[in-house]
Amino acid sequence: MSARSEILARIRAGLSDVPAGSAPDGDVPVPWEYGRAGALPAGVDVLELFVERCRDYKAVVERVAADGVPAAVVRHLTEAGVASVVLPAGLDEAWRDAVVAAGVEVLGDEPLLSAAALDAVGGVVTGARVGIAETGTIVLDHAPDQGRRALTLVPDLHLCVIGAEQVVSDVPEAVALLRASIEAGRPLTWVSGPSATSDIELQRVEGVHGPRTLIILLREVS
Amino acid sequence: MTTTVGKDLGERATSGSGATSGTAHKRLTPAPPPGKLEDSPAFPAAAKRELGNTQQRDNLLRATATIRAKRAARAAEVDQWEELRVAAAAIKDRAHRHLADYLEQAEANLTRAGAHVHWARDAAEANQIVVDLVCQTGVHEVVKVKSMVTQETELNEALEAAGIAAWETDLAELIVQLGHDRPSHVLVPAIHRNRSEIRDIFVKEMGLYGQAAPEGISDQPAELAAAARRHLRDKFLRAEVGISGGNFIVADTGSLVIVESEGNGRMCLTLPKTLISVVGIEKVVPTFEDLEVFMRLLPRSSTGERMNPYTSMWTGVTPGDGPQDVHVVLVDNGRTNALADPAGRQTLRCIRCSACMNTCPVYAQVGGHAYGSVYPGPIGICLTPLLRGLDRPIDRSLPYACTLCGACTEVCPVKIEFPDLIVQLRRRVAESKQAERRPHLETTAMAGGRFVFARGSRFGLVGYVTGLAGRVLAPRRTFGRHLPWPASLWTRARDLPVPPKRSFRHWWKGAGR
Ligand code: SF4
Repeated sequence: MSARSEILARIRAGLSDVPAGSAPDGDVPVPWEYGRAGALPAGVDVLELFVERCRDYKAVVERVAADGVPAAVVRHLTEAGVASVVLPAGLDEAWRDAVVAAGVEVLGDEPLLSAAALDAVGGVVTGARVGIAETGTIVLDHAPDQGRRALTLVPDLHLCVIGAEQVVSDVPEAVALLRASIEAGRPLTWVSGPSATSDIELQRVEGVHGPRTLIILLREVS
Repeated sequence: MTTTVGKDLGERATSGSGATSGTAHKRLTPAPPPGKLEDSPAFPAAAKRELGNTQQRDNLLRATATIRAKRAARAAEVDQWEELRVAAAAIKDRAHRHLADYLEQAEANLTRAGAHVHWARDAAEANQIVVDLVCQTGVHEVVKVKSMVTQETELNEALEAAGIAAWETDLAELIVQLGHDRPSHVLVPAIHRNRSEIRDIFVKEMGLYGQAAPEGISDQPAELAAAARRHLRDKFLRAEVGISGGNFIVADTGSLVIVESEGNGRMCLTLPKTLISVVGIEKVVPTFEDLEVFMRLLPRSSTGERMNPYTSMWTGVTPGDGPQDVHVVLVDNGRTNALADPAGRQTLRCIRCSACMNTCPVYAQVGGHAYGSVYPGPIGICLTPLLRGLDRPIDRSLPYACTLCGACTEVCPVKIEFPDLIVQLRRRVAESKQAERRPHLETTAMAGGRFVFARGSRFGLVGYVTGLAGRVLAPRRTFGRHLPWPASLWTRARDLPVPPKRSFRHWWKGAGR
């Protein structure tokens, strides 16, 4: 017997207490209502909470009017001393033009950059799919404005522009929105602050393998 | 003409055979301690050994107190905490009671997304599959994401025997690997080490296996983490094969989920050409939406954060992004034994958050190495005997490594009812000893107890005698450690208080009221 059929047979034999042919949801009800919005702390709106929670995890966060985004991107890159950036193909042309005009070297990812080439790049600028206020999380689904996963991993600085309309209260609302991305076969990367470890005496240290600097620009309609 | 004797030392053995016997094998990676975990001495002896390590006890007491406080604060923030736990337990129960169907669904979705699905009955078969897959790629090293199931199967040693170096990339796993050590915790495997021990390990070992630790490195966690970043960078950038576990497999989409902090997981999942994920069959959840429950419970329960820094979710092969050769190995290795056990089945709900061990008074004293298993603490003493059976001394002793205080059940995000289960497992150990028909101390003592308790006069006599003993020993509070056998079986790892001068029975009868 193949390992597959043997394991499946062991499972079925071990579950003789489960009524044959019973539907899983009838057999074990899950008392949970999916996709609900989360409660916000009194007097705080969802964007304020998002900003506070992202900062809590040591991300740099700035709220910017939509027309101010290109200038803010350039300002953050130059302040961080980034000499070269990767810009995914689907990023707003106006941002690209501003970065080029500021004299920062711009690399595309076509043909795909090697890991070593990415390691030599100073930073990456991307969009995002969803922001989660309660947990201070941005979720990338690696659509053309975000690029493939390695782009936001190997360079040491990640600047992410997320629209105010993309920010939701808590994880359940985010998961509901993200199903479409998963069904489209896209991978997801949830990012909450720069990379960190608590492996030494459980003391949190920022900056291990992922980007050590995470800058989030929250784009608001002016 | 020069001979090439010795040239075969680092050479690949035939796939997975582990056939290095006879030739002195030059190791590619740091050797773990000798011996097999399941041959560990029974828990009381191992506990005594570990209790002697005062440095480790200090480290553990401090670390578990810190993480307990963080978890409690983050759990208290969520109004629906209890509702979430109930939902999580139900989702897992639903998955397990219909496990075959969900696994077939996951397999179909994975296959449709371009992944190759393999099934492994036991550890040896799982390791063999991985070794063969790596051999087919022709490379001699792999990078690994921290994974409990590959610790359980001892995959690294199987790879080493086949001439393949497996590099652990999680910081704590790196500390354990470079320290020729074993993990002692499911989340922070090096929790038993403090910063200065870690510094010493890095200084001594890093240079032997890649980028050395910088000259004059201090024991500041930030400097140590930076040294790990540098040490592993080359390994990530040149890696062609990554090996991971999986926190969840989503049946209705075929997606895998890895929850991590450092970004080492993302490196291993993204940069190599080939990705092999080894996952226990119990990790399946029915739907993608179920993740909303677990993604709220897991980070808060494990590291005490609202969210862990990085979570990756992927479905088979993504064209143009990440590994294009993707494999998933579904591992049984005893899980179907646990599944078939109506009381033990709930242990399969475990999401390896580590909250139960962080809250366990026994774990905090003895640490993870006393348990003879990669799973220590409350979950370990239940899951290990269910996975491995009750034949070995260590496995029989594990259900007794517990005070039945119930603290673990209070914190477990999937509501495993530990005390009830542990009592049931103890009963099973006792039954398996009785079935052997040779005298065991415990069964003999229980028979003695039955005799004494059966008559009031016998019980009174015992109270009288212990009262005398109490008066004789009066200034002492315990018997000390050096009682003769069989009492030594108890006192070698525990205090035995001297009896009171007067029994309760005696007092109740009026003498002292
Ligand atoms: S048994 Fe519960 S508390 Fe312990 S590690 Fe598993 S999920 Fe966490």
